[in-house]
Amino acid sequence: MMRSALALLALLAFAPAAKAQPLVADLSSHLIAITTGFAGTELLLFGATEGEGDVVVIVRGPDSETSVRRKARVAGLWINRDEMRFAGAPAFYRVAASKPLAEFVPPALRQRYQIGTDYLRLQAPADAAPEEVASFRAGLLRNKEAQDLYDAEIGRVSFLGPRLFRTRILFPANVPTGAYSVEVLLVRGGQVIGAQTTPMFVNKVGVGADIYDFAHDWAAIYGLLAVLIAVFAGWAAGAIFRK
Amino acid sequence: MALLPVYLPLAETAIDGLLLVAIGAGVGLMSGMFGVGGGFLVTPMLIFLGVPPPIAAATGANTVVASSAAGAIAHWRRGTLDLKMGTLLLVGGLAGSGASVWVFGWLTKLGQIDLVVALCYVVLLGGVGILMFAESLRAMLAKPAKAVAAKPAASKPRGQWLRGLPWQMRFPKSGIETSALAPLVLGIFIGVLTGLMGVGGGFLLVPAMIYLLAMPTATVVGTSLFQIVFVSANVTFLQAVSHQTVDIVLAGLLIAGSVVAAPLGARLGAKLGAARLRVLLALLVLAVAGQLGYGLVERPDDLYSIRFDVAPPPQGETP
Repeated sequence: MMRSALALLALLAFAPAAKAQPLVADLSSHLIAITTGFAGTELLLFGATEGEGDVVVIVRGPDSETSVRRKARVAGLWINRDEMRFAGAPAFYRVAASKPLAEFVPPALRQRYQIGTDYLRLQAPADAAPEEVASFRAGLLRNKEAQDLYDAEIGRVSFLGPRLFRTRILFPANVPTGAYSVEVLLVRGGQVIGAQTTPMFVNKVGVGADIYDFAHDWAAIYGLLAVLIAVFAGWAAGAIFRK
Repeated sequence: MALLPVYLPLAETAIDGLLLVAIGAGVGLMSGMFGVGGGFLVTPMLIFLGVPPPIAAATGANTVVASSAAGAIAHWRRGTLDLKMGTLLLVGGLAGSGASVWVFGWLTKLGQIDLVVALCYVVLLGGVGILMFAESLRAMLAKPAKAVAAKPAASKPRGQWLRGLPWQMRFPKSGIETSALAPLVLGIFIGVLTGLMGVGGGFLLVPAMIYLLAMPTATVVGTSLFQIVFVSANVTFLQAVSHQTVDIVLAGLLIAGSVVAAPLGARLGAKLGAARLRVLLALLVLAVAGQLGYGLVERPDDLYSIRFDVAPPPQGETP
């Protein structure tokens, strides 16, 4: 009784705000469950806008410290030599937009919302030389793109009629686990007039998750088990194939 | 396109399960035939398929446990495993791999570990390959083809210098007499190198036993496999405990292929005969050395690479 009364109150309080909201969006699912048969998946993001404007969607995986190494020639051999650590690199990153970004998003906005790999705020050590930071940063982006974790290409957000929009977000098999954020911006006249951030999770579930937890929580028993399984398999095959 | 994608929980990516079984079979065949664990083949292949290098190395070691165990048991039944020699090598090997942790730390502090490991691979594989190839080719050409399998070159004065050392011991299985110090020191030396390079050491052990200890090829393979079982089991356990880099789903698929193929390899090896076996192993070792050497000298496509983080980000549900 008390709860429904509160809910009604909340509805009344937020009703006017909801009406004026310029942007509403949601995902087909907020959880990507990685099972044993997982080989990548696709989520649908859909929403509606109030009035004119174009839409940008930014998908970010959890940030982590990332070390980039550079090979150099030592006595005729290519060896890993220098290393630079970047903070704030998302584990996964995708952008989609309803029009080419250059046509409706000014650089200041791209900077602020980190729209496009060139605008990602990757923090290099303070004492590093700017030209070194630039080349290590480019190396990081190249490698992430090669692993399909970043995409320099902008995905397409398509409008169905004047208000409804949708886009598909592809996640490869090697999608990192963790808490993701999906940010949707409505841009009109070079200004963000509506924004919504939706959380999303990528988790291992089932047997895979159990194995992962076991390997980390009971490392010694796991290691012993791995060895025993291998020895047993070798013995069993020998026993079966003996003639 | 993958026929049967399987998600590997620790490698955190999906790879075709059938492909992994096939790779395992290839490694098992090699292992049974030559007495090498196949670690120097399986690890680069996994990395090529997109498995992070530390996981590829540790899981490769786990695979080697199975393929070498299957091979060692097959040789034990055939009576071509010298347990006495193998035990001495193993004692040295375990001591050596313990020492290698210390050497590893020292080289890391100097910042030269990558260079040393890369050079170890190329120089040792290349040197061993050339030596074996030249010697076994000479042996094969000198004798008529059908006599090759019958008797390994026991009459040659190989290993004579070891007769002067103390602790002379008879090894009836191999039919040789030599100093107990020889396999111990050899074991230590190989233990240090394998600890540094992260491989079982079969490709070093097999030629060392043939050329330094003058053991007949027939017992070399089984004895080498015997020691590899324990060395790779040790590596698997230590990696699982300290870095959680052993993926048992990945290992299971590779093992399924390798244990079936290993006894076949042992049988095939017995048919091929000693000298021809050595030529083939020499060619394989040379091919890998050439590939690795070329990779070091050639300018890589991208000079920059991302270091794999051993501790991955936490699961999404933890706040």
